[in-house]
Amino acid sequence: MEDILFLFEQYPIWEGFWANLKLAFFSAIFAFTLGVILALFRISPVRSMSWLSGAFINLVRNIPLTVLVVMGVLIFWGQLQINMHPDFDTNFFMLATIALSIYHAPFFAEAIRSGVNTVPLGQAEAARSIGLGFFAAARLIIIPQALRGAITPIGNTLIALIKNTTVAAAASVMEASGIMRTMIEFNPNLMVAIFLIIAIGFSLIVIPVGLLTTWLSERLAVTR
Amino acid sequence: MSTQYVLFDAPGPRSRRIITILNILVALIVIGVLVWVYQALAAQGQMSPHLWWNAINTNAWVNYLLPGLTFTLQAAAIAVVSSVVFGLFFGFLRLAPVRILRWISMVIVEFFRAVPVLVLMVFLHFFFSQYLSNVIDPRNSAYYAVIVALTLYNGAVIAELVRAGVRSLPAGQREAALAVGMTTTKSLRYVEVPQALVAMLPSLVSQFVIILKDSALGYIIGFSELLRYSRHLGAGYGNIMQALVVAAIIFIIINSLLVQLAQMLSRRLSSRTSGVTEVGIPGIAPIAGDTVEDEATETRAQAIIQQDKRK
Repeated sequence: MEDILFLFEQYPIWEGFWANLKLAFFSAIFAFTLGVILALFRISPVRSMSWLSGAFINLVRNIPLTVLVVMGVLIFWGQLQINMHPDFDTNFFMLATIALSIYHAPFFAEAIRSGVNTVPLGQAEAARSIGLGFFAAARLIIIPQALRGAITPIGNTLIALIKNTTVAAAASVMEASGIMRTMIEFNPNLMVAIFLIIAIGFSLIVIPVGLLTTWLSERLAVTR
Repeated sequence: MSTQYVLFDAPGPRSRRIITILNILVALIVIGVLVWVYQALAAQGQMSPHLWWNAINTNAWVNYLLPGLTFTLQAAAIAVVSSVVFGLFFGFLRLAPVRILRWISMVIVEFFRAVPVLVLMVFLHFFFSQYLSNVIDPRNSAYYAVIVALTLYNGAVIAELVRAGVRSLPAGQREAALAVGMTTTKSLRYVEVPQALVAMLPSLVSQFVIILKDSALGYIIGFSELLRYSRHLGAGYGNIMQALVVAAIIFIIINSLLVQLAQMLSRRLSSRTSGVTEVGIPGIAPIAGDTVEDEATETRAQAIIQQDKRK
Protein backbone atom coordinates (compact mmCIF):
# COMPACT_ATOMS: atom_id res chain seq x y z
CA MET A 1 0.00 0.00 0.00
CA GLU A 2 2.81 2.38 0.90
CA ASP A 3 4.48 1.49 -2.35
CA ILE A 4 1.40 2.51 -4.28
CA LEU A 5 1.15 5.82 -2.43
CA PHE A 6 4.82 6.33 -3.17
CA LEU A 7 4.15 5.80 -6.87
CA PHE A 8 1.33 8.35 -6.87
CA GLU A 9 3.53 10.86 -5.03
CA GLN A 10 6.59 10.27 -7.14
CA TYR A 11 5.16 10.07 -10.65
CA PRO A 12 2.64 12.27 -12.51
CA ILE A 13 0.07 9.48 -12.91
CA TRP A 14 -2.90 11.86 -12.79
CA GLU A 15 -1.28 14.23 -15.27
CA GLY A 16 -0.68 11.22 -17.52
CA PHE A 17 -4.33 10.24 -17.59
CA TRP A 18 -5.28 13.90 -17.98
CA ALA A 19 -3.12 14.00 -21.13
CA ASN A 20 -4.97 10.94 -22.48
CA LEU A 21 -8.30 12.59 -21.75
CA LYS A 22 -7.23 15.83 -23.43
CA LEU A 23 -6.00 13.95 -26.49
CA ALA A 24 -9.26 11.99 -26.58
CA PHE A 25 -11.39 15.13 -26.19
CA PHE A 26 -9.79 17.14 -28.99
CA SER A 27 -9.36 14.19 -31.35
CA ALA A 28 -12.95 13.11 -30.79
CA ILE A 29 -14.23 16.57 -31.77
CA PHE A 30 -12.06 16.80 -34.88
CA ALA A 31 -12.55 13.18 -35.89
CA PHE A 32 -16.32 13.37 -35.46
CA THR A 33 -16.56 16.58 -37.49
CA LEU A 34 -14.44 15.11 -40.27
CA GLY A 35 -16.45 11.90 -39.97
CA VAL A 36 -19.75 13.73 -40.49
CA ILE A 37 -18.35 15.43 -43.60
CA LEU A 38 -17.02 12.12 -44.92
CA ALA A 39 -20.35 10.41 -44.26
CA LEU A 40 -22.30 13.17 -46.03
CA PHE A 41 -19.95 12.93 -49.01
CA ARG A 42 -20.18 9.15 -48.95
CA ILE A 43 -23.97 9.03 -49.16
CA SER A 44 -24.37 11.98 -51.53
CA PRO A 45 -25.71 11.24 -55.01
CA VAL A 46 -22.74 13.10 -56.51
CA ARG A 47 -20.55 10.24 -57.72
CA SER A 48 -17.21 12.04 -57.39
CA MET A 49 -17.88 13.10 -53.79
CA SER A 50 -18.88 9.64 -52.71
CA TRP A 51 -15.89 8.16 -54.52
CA LEU A 52 -13.50 10.65 -52.91
CA SER A 53 -14.83 9.96 -49.44
CA GLY A 54 -14.79 6.20 -50.06
CA ALA A 55 -11.18 6.35 -51.20
CA PHE A 56 -10.14 8.35 -48.14
CA ILE A 57 -12.01 6.02 -45.79
CA ASN A 58 -10.53 2.86 -47.29
CA LEU A 59 -6.99 4.23 -47.39
CA VAL A 60 -6.85 5.61 -43.87
CA ARG A 61 -8.72 2.72 -42.27
CA ASN A 62 -6.09 0.26 -43.45
CA ILE A 63 -3.03 2.16 -42.19
CA PRO A 64 -1.96 1.33 -38.63
CA LEU A 65 -2.37 4.28 -36.26
CA THR A 66 1.26 3.88 -35.20
CA VAL A 67 2.34 4.44 -38.81
CA LEU A 68 0.25 7.62 -38.99
CA VAL A 69 1.70 8.99 -35.74
CA VAL A 70 5.27 8.14 -36.78
CA MET A 71 4.63 9.73 -40.18
CA GLY A 72 3.42 12.87 -38.43
CA VAL A 73 6.59 13.05 -36.36
CA LEU A 74 9.20 11.97 -38.91
CA ILE A 75 7.73 13.40 -42.11
CA PHE A 76 5.62 16.38 -41.06
CA TRP A 77 7.91 17.63 -38.35
CA GLY A 78 11.25 15.96 -39.04
CA GLN A 79 11.44 16.09 -42.82
CA LEU A 80 9.16 18.93 -43.91
CA GLN A 81 9.96 21.03 -40.82
CA ILE A 82 6.38 22.10 -40.26
CA ASN A 83 6.03 23.51 -36.76
CA MET A 84 2.53 24.14 -35.53
CA HIS A 85 3.54 25.55 -32.20
CA PRO A 86 6.82 27.01 -30.90
CA ASP A 87 6.56 24.93 -27.73
CA PHE A 88 8.05 21.50 -28.34
CA ASP A 89 5.60 19.52 -26.20
CA THR A 90 2.52 21.35 -27.48
CA ASN A 91 3.68 20.82 -31.05
CA PHE A 92 3.91 17.09 -30.52
CA PHE A 93 0.61 17.03 -28.69
CA MET A 94 -0.96 18.69 -31.75
CA LEU A 95 0.72 16.23 -34.13
CA ALA A 96 -0.65 13.31 -32.11
CA THR A 97 -4.12 14.91 -32.06
CA ILE A 98 -4.08 15.34 -35.84
CA ALA A 99 -2.98 11.73 -36.40
CA LEU A 100 -5.65 10.45 -34.00
CA SER A 101 -8.32 12.61 -35.67
CA ILE A 102 -7.44 11.47 -39.18
CA TYR A 103 -7.29 7.84 -38.12
CA HIS A 104 -10.67 7.79 -36.36
CA ALA A 105 -12.62 9.97 -38.80
CA PRO A 106 -13.34 7.05 -41.19
CA PHE A 107 -14.68 4.99 -38.29
CA PHE A 108 -17.02 7.79 -37.25
CA ALA A 109 -18.06 8.19 -40.89
CA GLU A 110 -18.86 4.49 -41.20
CA ALA A 111 -20.73 4.60 -37.87
CA ILE A 112 -22.93 7.42 -39.13
CA ARG A 113 -23.45 5.72 -42.45
CA SER A 114 -24.48 2.49 -40.73
CA GLY A 115 -26.96 4.60 -38.76
CA VAL A 116 -28.46 5.91 -41.99
CA ASN A 117 -28.57 2.32 -43.20
CA THR A 118 -30.84 1.31 -40.33
CA VAL A 119 -33.57 3.65 -41.59
CA PRO A 120 -35.94 1.62 -43.77
CA LEU A 121 -36.60 2.88 -47.28
CA GLY A 122 -40.31 3.10 -46.47
CA GLN A 123 -39.63 6.00 -44.09
CA ALA A 124 -38.22 8.10 -46.91
CA GLU A 125 -41.01 7.07 -49.26
CA ALA A 126 -43.63 7.94 -46.68
CA ALA A 127 -41.98 11.31 -46.08
CA ARG A 128 -41.97 12.09 -49.80
CA SER A 129 -45.52 10.91 -50.29
CA ILE A 130 -46.84 13.32 -47.65
CA GLY A 131 -45.09 16.09 -49.56
CA LEU A 132 -41.92 16.69 -47.54
CA GLY A 133 -39.02 18.00 -49.59
CA PHE A 134 -35.41 16.82 -49.26
CA PHE A 135 -34.42 19.01 -46.31
CA ALA A 136 -37.67 18.54 -44.43
CA ALA A 137 -37.51 14.77 -44.89
CA ALA A 138 -33.87 14.67 -43.84
CA ARG A 139 -34.39 16.89 -40.80
CA LEU A 140 -37.68 15.47 -39.53
CA ILE A 141 -37.65 11.82 -40.57
CA ILE A 142 -34.30 10.39 -41.63
CA ILE A 143 -31.62 12.05 -39.49
CA PRO A 144 -33.33 11.63 -36.08
CA GLN A 145 -33.71 7.91 -36.72
CA ALA A 146 -30.25 7.58 -38.26
CA LEU A 147 -28.56 9.23 -35.27
CA ARG A 148 -30.35 6.89 -32.88
CA GLY A 149 -29.23 3.91 -34.93
CA ALA A 150 -25.66 5.19 -34.95
CA ILE A 151 -25.26 5.56 -31.17
CA THR A 152 -23.74 2.12 -30.57
CA PRO A 153 -21.08 2.26 -33.33
CA ILE A 154 -20.25 5.88 -32.43
CA GLY A 155 -19.82 4.88 -28.79
CA ASN A 156 -17.60 1.96 -29.78
CA THR A 157 -15.45 4.24 -31.92
CA LEU A 158 -15.16 6.70 -29.05
CA ILE A 159 -13.97 3.93 -26.73
CA ALA A 160 -11.42 2.77 -29.30
CA LEU A 161 -10.27 6.39 -29.63
CA ILE A 162 -9.78 6.76 -25.87
CA LYS A 163 -7.69 3.60 -25.73
CA ASN A 164 -5.75 4.57 -28.83
CA THR A 165 -4.60 7.86 -27.25
CA THR A 166 -1.83 5.72 -25.72
CA VAL A 167 -0.28 5.50 -29.20
CA ALA A 168 0.62 9.19 -28.77
CA ALA A 169 3.58 7.71 -26.90
CA ALA A 170 5.08 7.23 -30.38
CA ALA A 171 5.08 11.04 -30.66
CA SER A 172 6.70 11.25 -27.20
CA VAL A 173 3.62 12.82 -25.64
CA MET A 174 3.82 12.21 -21.89
CA GLU A 175 0.68 10.18 -21.23
CA ALA A 176 -0.33 7.24 -19.04
CA SER A 177 1.38 4.45 -20.99
CA GLY A 178 4.63 6.41 -21.19
CA ILE A 179 4.50 7.13 -17.47
CA MET A 180 3.83 3.46 -16.83
CA ARG A 181 6.97 2.66 -18.78
CA THR A 182 9.07 5.09 -16.73
CA MET A 183 7.59 3.79 -13.49
CA ILE A 184 8.37 0.17 -14.36
CA GLU A 185 11.89 1.05 -15.49
CA PHE A 186 12.69 2.57 -12.11
CA ASN A 187 10.59 0.24 -9.93
CA PRO A 188 10.73 -3.17 -11.61
CA ASN A 189 9.76 -4.86 -8.34
CA LEU A 190 6.38 -3.06 -8.41
CA MET A 191 5.74 -4.00 -12.06
CA VAL A 192 2.43 -5.80 -11.58
CA ALA A 193 0.99 -3.13 -9.26
CA ILE A 194 1.96 -0.41 -11.75
CA PHE A 195 0.34 -2.26 -14.62
CA LEU A 196 -2.83 -2.76 -12.59
CA ILE A 197 -2.99 0.94 -11.66
CA ILE A 198 -2.83 1.97 -15.32
CA ALA A 199 -5.11 -0.83 -16.50
CA ILE A 200 -7.76 -0.07 -13.88
CA GLY A 201 -7.44 3.63 -14.68
CA PHE A 202 -8.31 2.94 -18.31
CA SER A 203 -11.13 0.60 -17.31
CA LEU A 204 -12.58 3.36 -15.14
CA ILE A 205 -12.56 5.73 -18.12
CA VAL A 206 -13.70 3.26 -20.77
CA ILE A 207 -16.39 1.24 -19.00
CA PRO A 208 -18.61 4.26 -18.07
CA VAL A 209 -18.49 5.37 -21.72
CA GLY A 210 -19.57 1.85 -22.71
CA LEU A 211 -22.39 1.82 -20.16
CA LEU A 212 -23.53 5.27 -21.28
CA THR A 213 -23.56 4.11 -24.90
CA THR A 214 -25.65 1.07 -24.00
CA TRP A 215 -28.05 3.11 -21.88
CA LEU A 216 -28.48 5.76 -24.60
CA SER A 217 -28.90 3.25 -27.41
CA GLU A 218 -31.57 1.42 -25.43
CA ARG A 219 -33.34 4.57 -24.33
CA LEU A 220 -33.35 6.03 -27.80
CA ALA A 221 -33.82 2.80 -29.73
CA VAL A 222 -36.29 3.12 -32.58
CA THR A 223 -38.97 0.48 -32.21
CA ARG A 224 -39.69 -1.15 -35.52
CA MET B 1 -30.09 -1.49 -51.68
CA SER B 2 -27.93 1.56 -51.94
CA THR B 3 -27.95 4.04 -49.10
CA GLN B 4 -28.46 7.05 -51.27
CA TYR B 5 -32.05 6.19 -52.00
CA VAL B 6 -33.02 6.67 -48.36
CA LEU B 7 -32.04 10.30 -48.39
CA PHE B 8 -32.23 11.14 -52.06
CA ASP B 9 -34.95 10.72 -54.60
CA ALA B 10 -34.01 9.74 -58.15
CA PRO B 11 -32.53 12.97 -59.62
CA GLY B 12 -34.54 14.96 -62.12
CA PRO B 13 -33.07 17.05 -64.96
CA ARG B 14 -32.21 19.99 -62.69
CA SER B 15 -30.58 17.81 -60.04
CA ARG B 16 -28.63 16.02 -62.76
CA ARG B 17 -27.27 19.36 -63.94
CA ILE B 18 -26.24 20.29 -60.40
CA ILE B 19 -24.62 16.89 -59.95
CA THR B 20 -22.59 17.30 -63.14
CA ILE B 21 -21.39 20.75 -62.04
CA LEU B 22 -20.44 19.40 -58.60
CA ASN B 23 -18.61 16.47 -60.19
CA ILE B 24 -16.50 18.83 -62.27
CA LEU B 25 -15.89 21.08 -59.27
CA VAL B 26 -14.75 18.19 -57.07
CA ALA B 27 -12.47 16.88 -59.82
CA LEU B 28 -10.89 20.34 -60.19
CA ILE B 29 -10.39 20.71 -56.43
CA VAL B 30 -8.84 17.24 -56.14
CA ILE B 31 -6.47 17.89 -59.03
CA GLY B 32 -5.63 21.29 -57.55
CA VAL B 33 -4.81 19.83 -54.14
CA LEU B 34 -2.70 17.06 -55.68
CA VAL B 35 -0.74 19.54 -57.78
CA TRP B 36 -0.24 21.79 -54.76
CA VAL B 37 1.03 18.89 -52.61
CA TYR B 38 3.31 17.75 -55.42
CA GLN B 39 4.78 21.21 -55.83
CA ALA B 40 5.20 21.71 -52.09
CA LEU B 41 7.03 18.39 -51.85
CA ALA B 42 9.08 19.08 -54.98
CA ALA B 43 10.13 22.44 -53.52
CA GLN B 44 11.55 20.50 -50.55
CA GLY B 45 13.34 18.15 -52.93
CA GLN B 46 11.17 15.22 -51.83
CA MET B 47 10.02 14.27 -55.31
CA SER B 48 13.44 13.51 -56.75
CA PRO B 49 13.26 10.06 -58.38
CA HIS B 50 16.29 8.53 -56.68
CA LEU B 51 14.71 8.98 -53.21
CA TRP B 52 11.63 7.05 -54.32
CA TRP B 53 13.67 4.51 -56.23
CA ASN B 54 15.81 3.81 -53.16
CA ALA B 55 12.63 2.99 -51.24
CA ILE B 56 11.44 0.37 -53.72
CA ASN B 57 14.52 -1.07 -55.40
CA THR B 58 15.85 -4.58 -54.84
CA ASN B 59 18.08 -3.49 -51.99
CA ALA B 60 15.15 -1.90 -50.15
CA TRP B 61 13.00 -5.00 -50.57
CA VAL B 62 15.63 -7.62 -49.79
CA ASN B 63 17.31 -5.90 -46.85
CA TYR B 64 14.50 -3.90 -45.26
CA LEU B 65 10.92 -4.29 -46.44
CA LEU B 66 10.77 -8.07 -46.80
CA PRO B 67 12.48 -8.85 -43.47
CA GLY B 68 10.24 -6.31 -41.75
CA LEU B 69 7.15 -7.64 -43.47
CA THR B 70 8.14 -11.19 -42.52
CA PHE B 71 8.30 -10.27 -38.84
CA THR B 72 5.03 -8.36 -39.02
CA LEU B 73 3.21 -11.20 -40.78
CA GLN B 74 4.80 -13.83 -38.56
CA ALA B 75 3.76 -12.10 -35.33
CA ALA B 76 0.30 -11.39 -36.74
CA ALA B 77 -0.19 -14.96 -37.99
CA ILE B 78 0.78 -16.50 -34.66
CA ALA B 79 -1.42 -13.99 -32.83
CA VAL B 80 -4.34 -14.82 -35.15
CA VAL B 81 -4.14 -18.54 -34.38
CA SER B 82 -3.62 -18.14 -30.64
CA SER B 83 -6.31 -15.48 -30.28
CA VAL B 84 -8.81 -17.73 -32.06
CA VAL B 85 -7.96 -20.52 -29.59
CA PHE B 86 -8.20 -18.12 -26.64
CA GLY B 87 -11.40 -16.61 -27.99
CA LEU B 88 -13.15 -19.92 -28.61
CA PHE B 89 -12.20 -21.17 -25.15
CA PHE B 90 -13.48 -18.12 -23.28
CA GLY B 91 -16.41 -17.75 -25.66
CA PHE B 92 -17.62 -21.24 -24.78
CA LEU B 93 -16.92 -20.55 -21.13
CA ARG B 94 -19.18 -17.51 -21.31
CA LEU B 95 -21.96 -19.81 -22.49
CA ALA B 96 -21.24 -22.46 -19.87
CA PRO B 97 -24.15 -23.71 -17.76
CA VAL B 98 -22.19 -23.06 -14.54
CA ARG B 99 -22.59 -19.49 -13.33
CA ILE B 100 -19.13 -19.15 -11.73
CA LEU B 101 -17.43 -20.15 -15.00
CA ARG B 102 -19.47 -17.59 -16.93
CA TRP B 103 -18.59 -14.97 -14.36
CA ILE B 104 -14.84 -15.68 -14.40
CA SER B 105 -14.65 -15.60 -18.16
CA MET B 106 -16.70 -12.40 -18.26
CA VAL B 107 -14.24 -10.63 -15.94
CA ILE B 108 -11.25 -11.83 -17.97
CA VAL B 109 -12.81 -10.90 -21.30
CA GLU B 110 -13.99 -7.47 -20.16
CA PHE B 111 -10.62 -6.68 -18.54
CA PHE B 112 -8.61 -7.40 -21.68
CA ARG B 113 -11.06 -5.51 -23.85
CA ALA B 114 -10.85 -2.41 -21.69
CA VAL B 115 -7.06 -2.19 -21.39
CA PRO B 116 -5.25 -0.51 -24.31
CA VAL B 117 -3.14 -3.03 -26.25
CA LEU B 118 -0.09 -0.81 -25.95
CA VAL B 119 -0.31 -0.78 -22.14
CA LEU B 120 -0.51 -4.56 -22.21
CA MET B 121 2.44 -4.76 -24.60
CA VAL B 122 4.70 -2.46 -22.58
CA PHE B 123 3.94 -4.38 -19.40
CA LEU B 124 4.50 -7.81 -20.97
CA HIS B 125 7.74 -6.61 -22.53
CA PHE B 126 9.15 -5.72 -19.10
CA PHE B 127 7.56 -8.73 -17.47
CA PHE B 128 9.11 -11.19 -19.93
CA SER B 129 12.59 -9.73 -19.73
CA GLN B 130 12.42 -9.53 -15.93
CA TYR B 131 10.79 -12.77 -14.85
CA LEU B 132 10.90 -15.12 -17.83
CA SER B 133 14.42 -14.42 -19.04
CA ASN B 134 15.38 -18.08 -18.66
CA VAL B 135 12.45 -19.19 -20.85
CA ILE B 136 12.41 -16.35 -23.37
CA ASP B 137 15.60 -14.86 -24.71
CA PRO B 138 15.48 -11.21 -23.51
CA ARG B 139 16.33 -10.11 -27.06
CA ASN B 140 13.05 -11.64 -28.20
CA SER B 141 10.92 -10.40 -25.35
CA ALA B 142 9.44 -7.57 -27.48
CA TYR B 143 8.42 -10.10 -30.15
CA TYR B 144 6.66 -12.31 -27.60
CA ALA B 145 5.14 -9.31 -25.84
CA VAL B 146 3.55 -8.27 -29.17
CA ILE B 147 2.16 -11.75 -29.80
CA VAL B 148 0.81 -12.28 -26.28
CA ALA B 149 -0.70 -8.79 -26.01
CA LEU B 150 -2.42 -9.16 -29.39
CA THR B 151 -3.65 -12.61 -28.35
CA LEU B 152 -5.14 -11.43 -25.06
CA TYR B 153 -6.91 -8.41 -26.55
CA ASN B 154 -8.15 -9.97 -29.77
CA GLY B 155 -8.92 -13.25 -28.04
CA ALA B 156 -11.22 -11.33 -25.71
CA VAL B 157 -12.90 -9.67 -28.69
CA ILE B 158 -13.32 -13.04 -30.43
CA ALA B 159 -14.81 -14.50 -27.25
CA GLU B 160 -17.42 -11.76 -27.48
CA LEU B 161 -17.96 -12.57 -31.16
CA VAL B 162 -18.68 -16.20 -30.26
CA ARG B 163 -21.17 -15.20 -27.61
CA ALA B 164 -22.81 -12.54 -29.76
CA GLY B 165 -22.92 -15.01 -32.65
CA VAL B 166 -24.84 -17.55 -30.59
CA ARG B 167 -27.16 -14.85 -29.25
CA SER B 168 -27.88 -13.51 -32.72
CA LEU B 169 -29.34 -16.83 -33.87
CA PRO B 170 -33.12 -16.84 -34.12
CA ALA B 171 -34.71 -18.37 -30.99
CA GLY B 172 -36.41 -20.94 -33.24
CA GLN B 173 -33.10 -22.78 -33.75
CA ARG B 174 -32.74 -23.52 -30.07
CA GLU B 175 -36.42 -24.22 -29.64
CA ALA B 176 -36.39 -26.69 -32.53
CA ALA B 177 -33.34 -28.45 -31.08
CA LEU B 178 -35.03 -28.74 -27.69
CA ALA B 179 -38.24 -29.90 -29.34
CA VAL B 180 -36.51 -32.85 -31.03
CA GLY B 181 -35.22 -33.89 -27.62
CA MET B 182 -31.72 -32.39 -27.42
CA THR B 183 -30.44 -31.08 -24.11
CA THR B 184 -29.38 -27.41 -23.91
CA THR B 185 -25.73 -28.45 -24.10
CA LYS B 186 -26.35 -30.61 -27.14
CA SER B 187 -28.34 -27.83 -28.76
CA LEU B 188 -25.38 -25.50 -28.20
CA ARG B 189 -22.91 -28.06 -29.53
CA TYR B 190 -24.70 -29.37 -32.61
CA VAL B 191 -27.04 -26.56 -33.61
CA GLU B 192 -26.16 -23.16 -32.24
CA VAL B 193 -22.36 -22.97 -32.04
CA PRO B 194 -21.68 -24.39 -35.54
CA GLN B 195 -24.01 -21.83 -37.07
CA ALA B 196 -22.58 -19.07 -34.92
CA LEU B 197 -19.04 -19.97 -36.03
CA VAL B 198 -20.01 -19.77 -39.69
CA ALA B 199 -21.80 -16.49 -39.02
CA MET B 200 -18.79 -14.98 -37.28
CA LEU B 201 -16.23 -15.94 -39.95
CA PRO B 202 -16.43 -12.57 -41.75
CA SER B 203 -16.05 -10.65 -38.48
CA LEU B 204 -13.15 -12.93 -37.65
CA VAL B 205 -11.40 -12.04 -40.90
CA SER B 206 -11.87 -8.33 -40.24
CA GLN B 207 -10.45 -8.94 -36.77
CA PHE B 208 -7.29 -10.11 -38.55
CA VAL B 209 -7.03 -6.62 -40.04
CA ILE B 210 -6.98 -5.23 -36.50
CA ILE B 211 -4.31 -7.72 -35.45
CA LEU B 212 -2.14 -6.81 -38.42
CA LYS B 213 -2.54 -3.10 -37.76
CA ASP B 214 -1.92 -3.43 -34.03
CA SER B 215 1.25 -5.42 -34.64
CA ALA B 216 2.75 -2.07 -35.67
CA LEU B 217 2.44 -1.02 -32.01
CA GLY B 218 5.43 -3.28 -31.49
CA TYR B 219 7.46 -0.44 -33.00
CA ILE B 220 7.01 1.50 -29.75
CA ILE B 221 8.47 -1.30 -27.60
CA GLY B 222 11.31 -1.97 -30.03
CA PHE B 223 10.04 -4.97 -31.97
CA SER B 224 11.68 -4.98 -35.41
CA GLU B 225 8.66 -5.08 -37.68
CA LEU B 226 7.82 -3.41 -40.98
CA LEU B 227 7.58 0.12 -39.55
CA ARG B 228 10.90 -0.17 -37.70
CA TYR B 229 12.65 -1.60 -40.77
CA SER B 230 11.27 1.09 -43.06
CA ARG B 231 12.52 3.66 -40.61
CA HIS B 232 15.98 2.08 -40.81
CA LEU B 233 15.67 2.19 -44.59
CA GLY B 234 14.76 5.86 -44.47
CA ALA B 235 17.59 6.65 -42.07
CA GLY B 236 20.09 4.80 -44.24
CA TYR B 237 19.22 6.43 -47.54
CA GLY B 238 17.87 9.81 -46.41
CA ASN B 239 14.40 9.00 -47.73
CA ILE B 240 12.39 8.62 -44.55
CA MET B 241 9.24 10.00 -46.15
CA GLN B 242 9.39 7.67 -49.13
CA ALA B 243 10.20 4.65 -46.95
CA LEU B 244 7.28 5.31 -44.60
CA VAL B 245 4.91 5.88 -47.52
CA VAL B 246 5.95 2.52 -49.00
CA ALA B 247 5.36 0.83 -45.62
CA ALA B 248 1.92 2.43 -45.40
CA ILE B 249 1.06 1.27 -48.93
CA ILE B 250 2.09 -2.31 -48.07
CA PHE B 251 -0.24 -2.22 -45.06
CA ILE B 252 -3.05 -0.76 -47.18
CA ILE B 253 -2.72 -3.47 -49.84
CA ILE B 254 -2.67 -6.41 -47.41
CA ASN B 255 -5.52 -5.04 -45.30
CA SER B 256 -7.70 -4.19 -48.31
CA LEU B 257 -7.34 -7.77 -49.51
CA LEU B 258 -8.42 -9.02 -46.07
CA VAL B 259 -11.39 -6.64 -46.01
CA GLN B 260 -12.49 -7.88 -49.43
CA LEU B 261 -12.16 -11.46 -48.26
CA ALA B 262 -14.38 -10.63 -45.27
CA GLN B 263 -17.01 -9.07 -47.52
CA MET B 264 -16.92 -12.01 -49.91
CA LEU B 265 -17.31 -14.46 -47.02
CA SER B 266 -20.16 -12.40 -45.65
CA ARG B 267 -22.04 -12.70 -48.96
CA ARG B 268 -21.23 -16.38 -49.52
CA LEU B 269 -22.00 -17.62 -46.03
CA SER B 270 -25.27 -15.83 -45.39
CA SER B 271 -27.16 -18.82 -46.87
CA ARG B 272 -25.28 -21.34 -44.72
CA THR B 273 -26.38 -20.11 -41.33
CA SER B 274 -29.38 -18.55 -39.69
CA GLY B 275 -27.04 -16.13 -37.92
CA VAL B 276 -26.11 -12.66 -39.11
CA THR B 277 -22.96 -12.72 -41.26
CA GLU B 278 -22.83 -8.95 -41.70
CA VAL B 279 -19.43 -7.46 -40.84
CA GLY B 280 -20.04 -4.57 -38.46
CA ILE B 281 -17.64 -1.78 -39.27
CA PRO B 282 -14.55 -3.43 -40.67
CA GLY B 283 -11.46 -2.56 -38.74
CA ILE B 284 -12.97 -1.59 -35.44
CA ALA B 285 -14.03 -3.97 -32.72
CA PRO B 286 -17.01 -3.54 -30.46
CA ILE B 287 -15.49 -2.75 -27.11
CA ALA B 288 -16.21 -3.07 -23.39
CA GLY B 289 -19.45 -2.20 -21.77
CA ASP B 290 -21.94 -3.43 -24.32
CA THR B 291 -24.35 -5.87 -22.82
CA VAL B 292 -26.75 -8.43 -24.16
CA GLU B 293 -29.41 -5.81 -24.79
CA ASP B 294 -26.94 -3.75 -26.68
CA GLU B 295 -26.11 -6.63 -28.98
CA ALA B 296 -29.80 -7.25 -29.41
CA THR B 297 -30.32 -3.71 -30.74
CA GLU B 298 -27.33 -4.04 -33.00
CA THR B 299 -28.51 -7.38 -34.31
CA ARG B 300 -31.95 -5.93 -34.87
CA ALA B 301 -30.40 -3.13 -36.88
CA GLN B 302 -28.36 -5.61 -38.88
CA ALA B 303 -31.38 -7.80 -39.47
CA ILE B 304 -33.16 -4.78 -40.92
CA ILE B 305 -30.24 -4.10 -43.22
CA GLN B 306 -30.36 -7.72 -44.36
CA GLN B 307 -34.07 -7.57 -44.98
CA ASP B 308 -33.60 -4.48 -47.08
CA LYS B 309 -30.83 -6.18 -49.01
CA ARG B 310 -33.06 -9.09 -49.85
CA LYS B 311 -35.77 -6.82 -51.22
